[in-house]
Amino acid sequence: MTFDAATIQMLKTGIWETFYMVFLSSLFAYVIGLPLGIVLVTTDNDGIHPMPVLQKVLGTVINLLRSVPFLILLFIVLPLSKMVIGTRIGSPAMVIPLTIAAGPYVARVVESSLREIDGGVIEAAKSMGASDWQIIWKVLLPECRPSLLVGGALAVTTILSYSAMAGFVGGGGVGAIAINYGYYRYEAGLMWVSVVLLVVMVQIIQEAGMRMSRKGDKRIR
Amino acid sequence: MEQPIIQISHLGKEFQTTEGKVRALGDINLEICQGEIFGIIGLSGAGKSTLVRCINFLEVPTEGEVLFEGRSLGKMSPQELRSTRQSMGMIFQQFNLLAQRSVLRNVCFPLELVKTPKAESRARAMELLKTVGLEDKAAAYPAQLSGGQKQRVAIARALATNPKVILCDEATSALDPNTTKSILGLLKEINRNLGVTVIVITHEMAVIEAICDRVAIIDQSHIAEVGKVSEIFSEPKSKIGRQLILGDAARQVKFGNSRQIRIIFDGRESTEPVISNMVLACKTAVNIMYAQTRDVGGIAMGQMIVQLPDDEAEANRALHYLETVKIPYEEVSEHDI
Ligand SMILES: Nc1ncnc2c1ncn2[C@@H]1O[C@H](COP(=O)(O)OP(=O)(O)OP(=O)(O)O)[C@@H](O)[C@H]1O
Ligand SMILES: [Mg+2]
Repeated sequence: MTFDAATIQMLKTGIWETFYMVFLSSLFAYVIGLPLGIVLVTTDNDGIHPMPVLQKVLGTVINLLRSVPFLILLFIVLPLSKMVIGTRIGSPAMVIPLTIAAGPYVARVVESSLREIDGGVIEAAKSMGASDWQIIWKVLLPECRPSLLVGGALAVTTILSYSAMAGFVGGGGVGAIAINYGYYRYEAGLMWVSVVLLVVMVQIIQEAGMRMSRKGDKRIR
Repeated sequence: MEQPIIQISHLGKEFQTTEGKVRALGDINLEICQGEIFGIIGLSGAGKSTLVRCINFLEVPTEGEVLFEGRSLGKMSPQELRSTRQSMGMIFQQFNLLAQRSVLRNVCFPLELVKTPKAESRARAMELLKTVGLEDKAAAYPAQLSGGQKQRVAIARALATNPKVILCDEATSALDPNTTKSILGLLKEINRNLGVTVIVITHEMAVIEAICDRVAIIDQSHIAEVGKVSEIFSEPKSKIGRQLILGDAARQVKFGNSRQIRIIFDGRESTEPVISNMVLACKTAVNIMYAQTRDVGGIAMGQMIVQLPDDEAEANRALHYLETVKIPYEEVSEHDI
């Protein structure tokens, strides 16, 4: 293995591709998953706006999507990428399957964070005449902020690991380098460099999430 | 009686559970007057929390009506109901403060809900924190406060929208006796100074005694009796009332074969040495089985259970003496207590 300028340039490009794939997919996954998570909690039987049928249907659809292995989902969804973005290879094309895979996952992560809230606090807000919207925006989300941030780190690292798999189907990023050089060309050195890069990224995301969560948590004296 | 602010009529509540229906309340009828401190007392599981939650429709009753200032909560639109709730503050056993908000912002919360301008709600919140004696804690977070301080913040928060009624569900049950006393004092002060009607739910007789004007005793989903605290304390009519007021001590009294009477003190008599006068006048002995007197709202109240002498004539003499000095008494048997 030689670390010439071309290799380093390739790694730099890989890092950038991974970064924007993960960033965009996370963003879109939260755009979808956050409202879904809120709906899952609020429409439950003991929620602030029970709608049991909707809750059940939504829960089932999410479970279905979550049970499709990501690699299979990639093959199913890539034609859609071609329709929307015009290509089924490269990093931008991966954002769509990543979002579809991560959205339901984010919904469950958000759901479990929001379920941590103490029912008494919601009761108190109701007793003060809060509407459902006010309870969501002023009680549920702010009170669960620390837990949502921890969940965020979890979700983003999961999306990162999914993005690495995208290398198998023509996606870019650090994961693709690991697969292309390590798996297909037996260049173990470059593969290990890529793996270390991924590990470092996971560490950074995890640590950032935990720190933000702890820093903003007013329950700690 | 003054104008009732809350009228509860034929109220019932059944919960649907997996094991079938659970009746939590049945045929509750109550009128709560403007400006009074009304207590609701009962044993655990009697339905107290359910009742107080029905008053602001946190729990929707399955039968009957709740009227607030003459208007039925059940007939209100969701919007009207929310604005009615703003006229009814509520405080809880577990305080239920927002952990991620400072004390000041907790008190601002109900004002935010009605879109009060920020500066105005902050000024109002500071004023309320002063009322509850916590202006120096405005920037603190709930995790940094003691239980009593948290309850004070909760009271300030409940007062923010100028409510006409404050509902307290076991508001002092998580606090030590001294803190309980100061919180009850604060509630009484608020009632006096602001004219806010207070409804207190508790399982402790001492709380009722300390601040309430009237009390309802609730037992197994039904109201057992309602009345002025002084009257119910001196002469509880229901079995549960006697149990709550006399406490478990009365149950441990061993009765012999001879007759027992309950002598009732209503303030005037308790300043006289009734028993010793009776003993002297009748030249007989009585056995004091149980006695309890206390100060209720400035009047001494109490009752005593006395075993009469076995001798029929002596017993009658003692009863006759009580009648002539106009001291109320009643004969009791073991299963009455
Ligand atoms: N959501 C519910 N679902 C089913 N049953 C309920 C529910 N809430 C209350 N109950 C039942 O209603 C009855 C009255 O409960 P409630 O909480 O009002 O009692 P309480 O007098 O406040 O008791 P405590 O002093 O222990 O707080 C109990 O038998 C309880 O099991
Ligand atoms: Mg209760």
